[in-house]
Amino acid sequence: MIKNVVYSIKSPYRRSMDIASYTFGSGEKTCCVVGALRGTEIQQMAVCAQLVDTLRRLEGKGRMAKDGSVTVIPCANYYSMNIGKRFWTMDNTDINRMFPGYNLGETTQRIADGLFNAVKGYTYGVHVTSFYLEGEFLPHAKIMRVGDAAEGAYDSLADFGLPYGLIRTPHPYDTTTLHYNWLVWGCKAFSLFTTYTERTGTRSTQAAVNAVLRFLAARGIIEHSLHKGSHTHIMQEEDMTHIHTASAGVVKNRVSVGHEVNEGDLLCEIIHPLEGYSVERITAPAAGTVFFSYNKQLVMERADVFKLVPF
Amino acid sequence: MMIKVVSSAALPVTENLMIQKNRIEGAAEPCGKRVCIVTGTHGDELEGQYVCARLAKLLADGRQSLSGVVDIYPALNPLGIDSIIRGFPMFNLDMNRIFPGSASGSLAESTAYDIVKDIEGADICIDIHSSNIFLREIPQVRVNEQSEEALLPYALMLNVDLVWIHAAATVLESTLAYALNACGVKTLVVEMGVGMRITESYCEQLLAGIMNLLREIGMWRGAAGKVRSPEVSKDRSVGFVNSDAAGIFIPRVAHNSVVNAGDVIGSVLDPLTGMTVENAVAPCGGLVFTLREYPVVFGGSLLARIMGALQ
Repeated sequence: MIKNVVYSIKSPYRRSMDIASYTFGSGEKTCCVVGALRGTEIQQMAVCAQLVDTLRRLEGKGRMAKDGSVTVIPCANYYSMNIGKRFWTMDNTDINRMFPGYNLGETTQRIADGLFNAVKGYTYGVHVTSFYLEGEFLPHAKIMRVGDAAEGAYDSLADFGLPYGLIRTPHPYDTTTLHYNWLVWGCKAFSLFTTYTERTGTRSTQAAVNAVLRFLAARGIIEHSLHKGSHTHIMQEEDMTHIHTASAGVVKNRVSVGHEVNEGDLLCEIIHPLEGYSVERITAPAAGTVFFSYNKQLVMERADVFKLVPF
Repeated sequence: MMIKVVSSAALPVTENLMIQKNRIEGAAEPCGKRVCIVTGTHGDELEGQYVCARLAKLLADGRQSLSGVVDIYPALNPLGIDSIIRGFPMFNLDMNRIFPGSASGSLAESTAYDIVKDIEGADICIDIHSSNIFLREIPQVRVNEQSEEALLPYALMLNVDLVWIHAAATVLESTLAYALNACGVKTLVVEMGVGMRITESYCEQLLAGIMNLLREIGMWRGAAGKVRSPEVSKDRSVGFVNSDAAGIFIPRVAHNSVVNAGDVIGSVLDPLTGMTVENAVAPCGGLVFTLREYPVVFGGSLLARIMGALQ
């Protein structure tokens, strides 16, 4: 294992923030795994940390391929993590909206530039990340429909062994993410989403670690005995059924991610915040699996509360 | 004067998020034109608040001299303004990165959709921004190079000091201005002043420009003072000055002054040691149209922008 600092940034009163990378194996740059770019992505950092630990042991046992390497960058924003803030500590900008970065630009543009220079040139990229909607997801891998690199990589979604693989048509705001820019630069890039963001869970963390290990094993870069995981249902993200609230109040969920529901099944109730009666009962518009579930107690009108994968 | 609700959605506990506009219909002979003044997309940008207040009073008092309709939207993000939050509270994306929105999207996205639909059909829209809390800007109009031909004649009417014609970027396709220009509403983005403050002289300057524009397009028959001719960035270089060191920034030049290449723009000091850790110099001679307002800087913080001479 080789530990490097891929980028440093200075602060007035803290030691410089040094972004650490861990490289295993040698030779061709096969795969790069990036974790937390936001201060709340604790789970994403934990997945990468566990991956570093596992790869170190595999390398020690000679189970890394001789002609390839894997680099893991668990956390590129511990300044924000240490003060409990999601975005950049000073100006609240999002590093994952700054790629490919700019070395003479603002602080987060410089971080993105430094990081992107370190992660360029790999055949595969995996960003363990979180979505802008707050809630819980079924673990899944995603690829954006961008350029030639993506075209040949859709089937590789199955190599993570997760139940779902999504293909996303990018929005303009996606064009400054790490994932999008990796693809533009010819890297076969994927985003990996875990169930939680701000907390770890033994099973969910391990599920994400295993997904990356499976992906690496499928590329022949590690020898590792793992169960094959799930059969992966690969689908277009827009084919998912979105369910919104028509009212606001206190939400009481009746199902959670992973539940299979039939048309008409009760998904949640919205309760009047002061008078306690039910103001809305939200039912499944069609049969399917609960893929996303909003996880806050208070909910606004028109909020995304569930996404279903139709059967 | 007619107050209308453009978009409304219930919040969890007994109140509604409301986007409101003030419609002022002229009492002079109708001309069939409509101009929209919008501001408050970012909750920490307040310069537009004063412009809206002054304009609403001026037009209401002078309806006899007004033809057509002026719609004033003082707060596209009212919860952000109420709570000094730059973004849309409880939503992780910048509100000015989700336009044109979506009728079936989340609350922020459907609110964005309602706003665009309400403005659609107008002849001209002026989208007033301040800078953030970090930078002070002279009154300027920013025009995407793709819209230069259509917008520059109107930008010159607005009594600003600078028209900055900037390069197109995919990520900017999700701004309100881009969405409105795409649907035929000539939309001009004004930037001036600094976040969380009102610079009365700048607001009065822009107000005079708006009245001049209304007069030029045949909607205002009242008085409008002489307007200044702005510098136009076309064929000029823009020099960026970013800090490399961290500490506190003490400017050595005045905002809106002219400097020579190599002049010290400001110093970065280390308060712990008292040492000057960086003297930031001008990369080119010209007008300092942006100057850092907030003293604490990291490596990469923007200190100044300079509009160079004609090339």
